[in-house]
Amino acid sequence: MTNHWIDFKNADVILIMGSNPASNHPVSFKWVQEAMDKRGAKVICVDPRFTQSAAKAHVYAPMRSGTDIAILGGMIKYIIDNNLYFAEYVKNYTNASYLVNPALKMPGDNNGVYSGLEGSKYNKDTWAYQTGGDGVIKKDPSLQDPNCVLQLLKKHYSRYTIDIVSRISGTPKDKLEEIYKIYASTGKPDKAGVELYAMGWTQHTVGTQMIRTMCIIQLLLGNMGIAGGGVAAMRGESNVQGSTDHGLLFHIWPGYIGAPTASLKTLKEFNEKRIPTTKEKNSLNWLKNFPKYSASFLRSMYGTNATLEEAYAMMPKLDDGANYSWLVLFDQMYKGKFTGFFAWGMNPACSGANANKVRQALGKLDWMVNVNLFDNETGSFWRGPGMDPTKIKTEVFLLPCASSIEKEGSLANSGRLMQWRYKAVNPPGVALPDGDIMSELFFKVRGLYEKQGGPHKEALTKLTWPYGKKTLDGHYHYDPHSVAKEINGFFLADKKVENPTKKGDFKEFKKGDPVPTFAWLQDDGSTSSGCWVYCGSYADKGNMAARRGTKDASGIGLFSEWAWTWPVNRRIIYNGASVDLNGKPWDPKRPVITWNGEKWVGDVPDGVGDPGSGRPPFIMKPDGVASLFGPGLVDGPFPEHYEPLECPVEKNLMSPQKHNPAIRRFDKPGVGSDLDVYSGVTGCDPRFPFICSTYRVSEHWQTGVLTRWCPWLVEMQPGMFVEMSVELAKERGIKNGEKVIVKSPRGEVEATAIVTPRFKPFNIDGNIIHEVGIPWHYGWITQARPKKKYGKLDKKPQVFTYGDSANLLTPTIGDANTMIPESKAFMVNVVKRG
Amino acid sequence: MDVSRRGFLKISGAVLATSGIGISLKPVSAHAQPLKIKYTKETTTVCPYCSVGCSIIVSTREGKVINTEGDPDSPINKGSLCSKGGSIYQMSVNENRLGKPLYRAPNATEWKEVELEWALEKIAENIKKSRDASFKSKNDKGETVNRTEGIASVGSAAMDLEECYTYQKFLRGLGLVYIEHQARI
Repeated sequence: MTNHWIDFKNADVILIMGSNPASNHPVSFKWVQEAMDKRGAKVICVDPRFTQSAAKAHVYAPMRSGTDIAILGGMIKYIIDNNLYFAEYVKNYTNASYLVNPALKMPGDNNGVYSGLEGSKYNKDTWAYQTGGDGVIKKDPSLQDPNCVLQLLKKHYSRYTIDIVSRISGTPKDKLEEIYKIYASTGKPDKAGVELYAMGWTQHTVGTQMIRTMCIIQLLLGNMGIAGGGVAAMRGESNVQGSTDHGLLFHIWPGYIGAPTASLKTLKEFNEKRIPTTKEKNSLNWLKNFPKYSASFLRSMYGTNATLEEAYAMMPKLDDGANYSWLVLFDQMYKGKFTGFFAWGMNPACSGANANKVRQALGKLDWMVNVNLFDNETGSFWRGPGMDPTKIKTEVFLLPCASSIEKEGSLANSGRLMQWRYKAVNPPGVALPDGDIMSELFFKVRGLYEKQGGPHKEALTKLTWPYGKKTLDGHYHYDPHSVAKEINGFFLADKKVENPTKKGDFKEFKKGDPVPTFAWLQDDGSTSSGCWVYCGSYADKGNMAARRGTKDASGIGLFSEWAWTWPVNRRIIYNGASVDLNGKPWDPKRPVITWNGEKWVGDVPDGVGDPGSGRPPFIMKPDGVASLFGPGLVDGPFPEHYEPLECPVEKNLMSPQKHNPAIRRFDKPGVGSDLDVYSGVTGCDPRFPFICSTYRVSEHWQTGVLTRWCPWLVEMQPGMFVEMSVELAKERGIKNGEKVIVKSPRGEVEATAIVTPRFKPFNIDGNIIHEVGIPWHYGWITQARPKKKYGKLDKKPQVFTYGDSANLLTPTIGDANTMIPESKAFMVNVVKRG
Repeated sequence: MDVSRRGFLKISGAVLATSGIGISLKPVSAHAQPLKIKYTKETTTVCPYCSVGCSIIVSTREGKVINTEGDPDSPINKGSLCSKGGSIYQMSVNENRLGKPLYRAPNATEWKEVELEWALEKIAENIKKSRDASFKSKNDKGETVNRTEGIASVGSAAMDLEECYTYQKFLRGLGLVYIEHQARI
């Protein structure tokens, strides 16, 4: 999230698209309501289903799943055609004036794809900017050059007429006009609009580009960096912001440091490859500091047990161009590539797309460790439906762990707010906090390597692990404070350092002193910091995440003394763009930062120099401006509408290219497996005629791994259902409350039919298309099992649930950039249970 | 009127007791039942479910959770909670929580309860065996990669920040590259 939850209250228009916060982030709706009540804000909801959020919205526009880029592309056209963009902001704070290589061909003139497509990969040579002899990017401040970004943007989206958008999305034309008009009204300096999205945007083969389209809109309207603006990525887990910050993904080390590939042989080569360069003389290009962060991270791994070069060499490397993400991981597991597997605080047997494949894959392992509060479909996969335990070799360890109120530590919410929580009670039995279990395993494995040796053992034995000692009960006690301090960072040697913001001013640090902020981190190995963006969270003022100050000096709800936000306690990032070139807030009634004559007050300023310095405010971008034109993504510099891989239409009405050309198809030879089957890819498949989308309900969380064991919640939402329109139910002879089977080429689930006007059939270019929706929280382990006996250690829920995981139906296909599975648009059939 | 949270609870208890939903209005009924959080210790926590970050007060007595409720001090939730956040009492006080490690031997048809120490030792041995057998110092191109190819991990956004950091340290120290979690789905 660029802003934060409370900031919703500052918005004039709130667009809810790709999410349903009233159901899934219920308390956040307090702030949507506040904006409506206090500011008279307008709320727009665009969704295939009339959700609880839609029920609170002023305008609801129905849409077919997967057509968001078409709808938002139409909005871009509307904003440009009607001259509703915030010209001064666009000109100064985005790359609108940059001139692009005239050889670039865009989808409208190139059969639906950009120039450079080779197979499923783009060669991006034609996506570059024109530069002068000095390397500086050529610009046209008048924004008239036909090759300037704004003109290219205008040309690209000129194809997104209301007529064609309506034919693609099924959204009525008058609704499109209405939402375009309302949202575009926030292009005025004193108006703010915010977009709220969640998995409704990420879980598509064009998910990243959906979000990009909205970013373009927010930049055109000058909505980035201001109070009540921004793009709100509402995350699905309490700490998924934090777990991502801390690099629990194959492609990033903590702090979004791109993990090294094999061709980068030395730390120097690695740094050189990662440091962005620019010739724009006013750009700060903050990430030129990259070597400080990579060095400090390597120190956090190995301390002074290795030199920086040695530490870099010890770290595992990815093959260049290889992908090790979720769908690939389970594909490799299914093919027997792994002997061991940790499913730590996860339940992939229900959460993974194509869950049947995941469940089969688990049987190919020699051993699996599953750490959880409750028994679950992953730990117990071998006794699940269709499994014959006597034929499954996998050795399983199901380790109990402490819940969030049975240990101490912190977490980061969607607003990057790091809050500390305390231990209330002991965990049950011998259950330990996850950190204690890690310490136990670390010392045991290290002991084995020290005793017996093994390949490249130093990579493990030289890790630093000063997180607590063995206690009287025989276990290593893991001290989260010592880890939090390591994440913040400290000096490894006495050092005198020049103040990064004040030339000539030096400060002396002693070995062990905390590093005050990441600006003080060093590239020579004299500092250690586990995650540079968290530097400052546990420094000389102590544990900032534990702060509980309730004052709001800002008056706009920043609450800067409540806990701590990364980076540097900045509550609204890009806030340097909330002021004009002279440092005056665009909206004086809602300032995020204000120059008081000597310094900035309000939020922690982002990117701005002193007023009039000419420094462009998006300092994390090499050139200092935000990207209307975004050549960094793998599938195009401007978002283009493509159909979901599985879809109910024969053709993409926008172009001859039906699907995102850069996706990785698992049905291609040598890529996936026999279980990776799709329907409706080349033409419509009459066996699976309906679009299906997965979603959540307020009463359950994720796979239900915790909530399905809580009787209060199960009583409220007892089981799997499928929502369908009155029209579809009539066509299929299905009555409300009847049991039905929902089928895809990959599996089937039983569900209760909910026949409801919340879904309406779509008119897609003259054809009637139906969409159904299913929640994904269920699983067989908490289901009643009349035929099967419980083993003596099998847990029996106090209240049974009904139905299995929606992911038994979802396809093995991911977004071209992120590889997040396309769970929001795939094809199914619905039949009455026989 | 400046009313503290406790004071407010007392007042609203009194109002409820005297509001006459079929209750006698004799003076005795003004003595509302003692609050169930009387003599409890309060700690604060943050909801483990969605990402709003609502603050919750956990009241405990003699090592048992007595009550959980929204924390009115939090500027985010100001005391409110949704159905899930309001139920975290049951996440802790729940007869189905796992308290002992369960072990399933290859081809076994039942769980077996095992000692934690035994399980951890056996896992450590498994890790070493899998790592040693699959460790690759060079890839097919002859480039140094120093990675363990035979072990994968998923998890977890359900852990604390400190644990996430520690977990990646452990996994990367072991040489894993198949490191994924909820953020990818």
